[in-house]
Parts: sequence; C-alpha cells; structure tokens
Amino acid sequence: MVIYGVYIVSKSGGLIFNHDHNVPKIEVEKSFNYPLDIKLNYENKKVTVAFGQRDGINVGHVLTTVNGTAINGRELEDGRDVLEMLEQPESFPVTLKFGRAKMTTNEKIFLASMFYPLFAIASQLSPEPRSSGIEVLEADTFRLYCFQTLTGIKFMIVAEPSQPGMEILLKRVYDLYADYALKNPFYALEMPIRCELFETNLQALLETVEKSGISNV
Amino acid sequence: MTIHNLYIFSKTGTLLYYTEWNRLNKSGITKEEEAKLMYGMLFSIKSFVSKISPLDSKEGFLYYKTSKYTLHYFETPSGLKFILNTDNASQTARELLQQLYREVYLEYVIKNPLCQLNEPIQSELFKMKVDELFKKSPLFLSRSI
Repeated sequence: MVIYGVYIVSKSGGLIFNHDHNVPKIEVEKSFNYPLDIKLNYENKKVTVAFGQRDGINVGHVLTTVNGTAINGRELEDGRDVLEMLEQPESFPVTLKFGRAKMTTNEKIFLASMFYPLFAIASQLSPEPRSSGIEVLEADTFRLYCFQTLTGIKFMIVAEPSQPGMEILLKRVYDLYADYALKNPFYALEMPIRCELFETNLQALLETVEKSGISNV
Repeated sequence: MTIHNLYIFSKTGTLLYYTEWNRLNKSGITKEEEAKLMYGMLFSIKSFVSKISPLDSKEGFLYYKTSKYTLHYFETPSGLKFILNTDNASQTARELLQQLYREVYLEYVIKNPLCQLNEPIQSELFKMKVDELFKKSPLFLSRSI
C-alpha cells in the first residue's frame, strides 16, 4: 500500500503542485576490480549504466559516489574525469555506488507538460465518440490516476498498482484544493501552489489513506 | 464487451496492419496520419512511463483507460508493437495480444517467406486468421448499432 506522489497540472499544462510521498530509494554499493565488467555511458550530465545488469545494479542507474565521495557530473572532487579514471588499472579496486536517478523539479515540470498532449491525443484517437482523456495509466511498477475537473485542472496520483480507492482520493484532494488553495487570498490562479495549510492537510490525508484505507476519510 | 480496433507497428514505426470491427468514431484524419499520431503517442508514453516510474520497470507501459475505451499495449523484445482498443470491461485483452503474436503473427507472417518484414502485411491468410482469433474470443461481442 504505497502512494508515490501527487501532481496538479493547471489548465494550460504547467505543473502547479507536486508532492513526493513515499519514493523508495534504490541504492547499491559494490567494489569492483579491473577491468570493470559493466559498461558506463555519459549522458544528460550523468554517468549511467548502459549494459551489464548485475547484483541490483540495473541499466539506467546513475553513478553517485566513487570510494564514498560524491561526484559532480562526470568529475571527481579533485577535477579528474570519472570515465578516464575507471580505465586506469592503478585506480582499482574501487567502490562505486549506483542509484536510480531522482527526478529534478525541472524534469517534473517537463513530464507534466508531456502528459498534457498524451491526454488530448488519447481522446482524439478514441474509437467511441465523446471519450475523455486518459483516466488510468498502468505500467508494471505503478498506476497513474488522473482526474480532470470541469475547469480543466488535472489532479494526478501515482501509486502502487494494487492500491484501491484512488479515484475517491483524487476527489478528496480536489476538496482540499478548493478549500485551502482557492480560498487563500494570496494564491493567484494558474500559479504554483505555495499554501502551507494545503500541504499539511494533503500529507495527513495521504497518510490516513495509506494506513487505514479510503473508507475512513 | 467489444473489441474496437487493432494496430500492429514495426520496430521503426511502420504501420504493418490495421483492422477494425466496431468503431463508431472516425477521427477525421486519414489512416496514415492516424497511425503516425498513434505511434507518436505510444512512443511518448513509453518514455514518460520510464521517467516517472519510481522503481526499475521491466515491461513498462501496459494499458490506459479513458471514460469510453481501454487501449492495451504489448511490445515484444524485438520491438514489434500490438495495440488493441476494447471497451472498459475487457481486462484480459493483453493475453489475447500475446496469443495473436504467438499463434498468428509468428505462424503466418514470420514463417511466410513471401512476407517482407517492415512492410505492411498483405497476406490474405493472415487477415483471415486474425479475424478468426478475435471473433472466437469471449471479449468479442458485437453490439447492435
């Protein structure tokens, strides 16, 4: 029973609120000998695993620390290049820590605006007339629920596939939005929501739902 | 329960096969344009899903649901994509797509030396077998229009 996050997207497709609830942290630390048996690549300012999945290190994971010290882009603290260092036999044995890349705020804004056309195309490509956009999208690791209000704002929840009652929860989040964001005189429509009361109430709601199910709210 | 339509795309995005059974809404664009739109949407969904997923995913995107229909998606490791639109009551359509790949596509396209890969499927036998498979499925129940 896990809710991973809540997103609110405005009528024009901009991300106005996001809350990471329970995001699992995936990290693996392991020591390696020369030569390195996984293939690393440098892309999007990150050193990622391109090939050679093993011991919980998966393709797509990002290299975070080398011998316990964090790396910055592709550079070590002393300014040396990570990929060059890993090609030299004298730097081994070495301890590398890999983790799943965490989304930055920029990436979240990017993803929110990416969902907007998907929602519209899904309704256009419908074999039945008068279809709505995407309401539920399921992948093997999560399920995304989307609820669009009459005024065009989208509420989205990312949760575990087995979590029940998410459609009702979306409406509860809408209630909270109407109560604490819209009634706040300092909140401008279509702008990011920065209302403390809204956040604390949302947090409390998500926790109750995770603990005791949707029937108690 | 109804099955609306079926798309098969190759690894590179060519529409290999399209057929429809119960489709009330014509999208108002040509079939080629619609296929491009569909492939583009699926491509974006795939990248969206891999980024937003909190855990490492294996199969990735499975289906999405709107108020009127469900789109089921099945991709083979070789990149072949099967897309089936059904109504919201049909939950087991993914197995049907796997069956289509295993029992129809492999048998009548891959094992047919005259079928060019990466080009639209012309084989009449294949078309017949696809129709047969879906019409005998319990999900296929044509409504009186």
